[in-house]
Amino acid sequence: MGEGVAVRTVPVEAEPRIGFEVLSPGLFTTVQDLGRPGWQRFGVPAAGALDKYALIAANALVGNPPGAAGLEVTLLGPVLAVVSEGLVACTGADLGFTIDGQPAALWQAHRVRPGQVLRFTGRRAGCRAYLAVAGGIAVPEVMGSRSTYTRARIGGLAGRPLAAGDQLPVGPLPIDWRDRDGLALPEALRRHGLPQPVRVILGPQDDRFLPLAIERLLGAPYRVTPNSDRMGLRLSGPKLLHRAGADIVSEGVAPGSIQVPGDGQPIVLLADRQATGGYAKIATVISADMDFLGQAAPGDRVTFRAVDVATAHRLRKQRLELLAAVAEFTGTAALAGA
Amino acid sequence: MTPPVPESQVMPAPRILPAGDEAVLVELGQEIRRELNLRVRALAHLLTGPEAPAWVREVVPAYASLLVYYDPDRASYEEVQETLRALVAKGGHIDLPAPRRIEIPVRYGGDDGPDLEWVAHRVGLSPEEVIARHSRPIYVVYMLGFLPGFCYLGDLPPELAVERRETPRLSLPAGAVAIGGRQTGIYSLDNSPGGWRWIGRTDVRLWDPDRDPPFLLQAGDEVRFVPV
Repeated sequence: MGEGVAVRTVPVEAEPRIGFEVLSPGLFTTVQDLGRPGWQRFGVPAAGALDKYALIAANALVGNPPGAAGLEVTLLGPVLAVVSEGLVACTGADLGFTIDGQPAALWQAHRVRPGQVLRFTGRRAGCRAYLAVAGGIAVPEVMGSRSTYTRARIGGLAGRPLAAGDQLPVGPLPIDWRDRDGLALPEALRRHGLPQPVRVILGPQDDRFLPLAIERLLGAPYRVTPNSDRMGLRLSGPKLLHRAGADIVSEGVAPGSIQVPGDGQPIVLLADRQATGGYAKIATVISADMDFLGQAAPGDRVTFRAVDVATAHRLRKQRLELLAAVAEFTGTAALAGA
Repeated sequence: MTPPVPESQVMPAPRILPAGDEAVLVELGQEIRRELNLRVRALAHLLTGPEAPAWVREVVPAYASLLVYYDPDRASYEEVQETLRALVAKGGHIDLPAPRRIEIPVRYGGDDGPDLEWVAHRVGLSPEEVIARHSRPIYVVYMLGFLPGFCYLGDLPPELAVERRETPRLSLPAGAVAIGGRQTGIYSLDNSPGGWRWIGRTDVRLWDPDRDPPFLLQAGDEVRFVPV
């Protein structure tokens, strides 16, 4: 979260080109970049791609900087008609990505021409695919980001998911875009699925729960329920019991916080979470594992294991090293500080 | 955890708690009290001013706590904790800049405040008396949250404290002024869900994403409602 983006100047075109026309929007397809950190004290969630690794990798394949905006495609994907020639790459979940009816490899750049149709034919694995296009989706920035935050109707296309008939503007093509056609990430730099267990740091309010609750959280499997969304992964499983009620005085809420309302069922808070909240939080998913939560689909099983902060920082570094390797392999800008 | 320097009998000991590996929660207390909120403000001031440590990414002030996002590439968890402990102690002794005071014109009752009559009946006062008492205090913005720009203001006079609606409204308009418990708030966004009692409305825009700065109010500001 909050990765700084290496600054790269992009020539401004008066009228952005139309890259795609939306023939069918899919279940919930939104424009996302790396989010708008810095506004949480005003109650604005950071938003941004849930699986940032996948978005950054897709951007790198088409020659974009890590923070370019792409499409986050959820479970059932859209159908898009190509309007302008260019380059696309799809990463993250396998939702049956095809170009003109032919399966198109994930984690690979593909040249596309006007008239071609991009379609997602059905989910095989994961929950969210990321579609990057050379030049990036060129919707206007709102408070420093193009990320869609639907609850406040900002970012993306008028703050809402894609709808049929939308025309998606794209930025200028990089000079070397044709050379990237077919560029594919090696297996070691791709990521699949939800690793188990997901690692957490206990707290900030683990002392508000009975010892049995901690034991259950770290011992029993939980299931992802269908009412999960970009705000949070709602889990069901053994009840987590509080010592004296679920309510706390409202406070800032970090990404990955596992809040437990009165019903004892945990909710792992994601990018569109409210910036503040009033439920006790038993633990927090470590930053290195947040990408994977974006791939947890309804029905998936999740288990948790506790680590200390030093371990989490080591794993965080490993993730940044992997992203640096993606940048190196694709010859693109790395995340600042990575 | 190291015991902090006792500052006064009434102040609880601050706790610095991990909120994942990129944030820590500085908990100065567990209740809604002006003195605690002032200490939150002092700490936020020290962490966002010119002498803020380079590892601070973002702070989120709340009633009695401050969530501090940090950059683990620039400081270890231990270093962050140590610095925060020192700053909490220092925060009790600094002179804060005077809070800004903002007047918010409000139309009370009718279509602009459909719950005014209910509130008046509930607390046993006339609607005029509810308006007079709601617009008398100088409120402090304890925090923003819930939705972009939503302000939690306190303290509401005790005689106006009412319970929230059992079924929250699905759609309040931007500018709706509402009360709940010992607090009052202003909704910043059209179609906000909300459980507080809606008594008035302002045309002042608390949030405009295209304005610079986008937000009218920040934590620590003082607010007075002016009936119009």
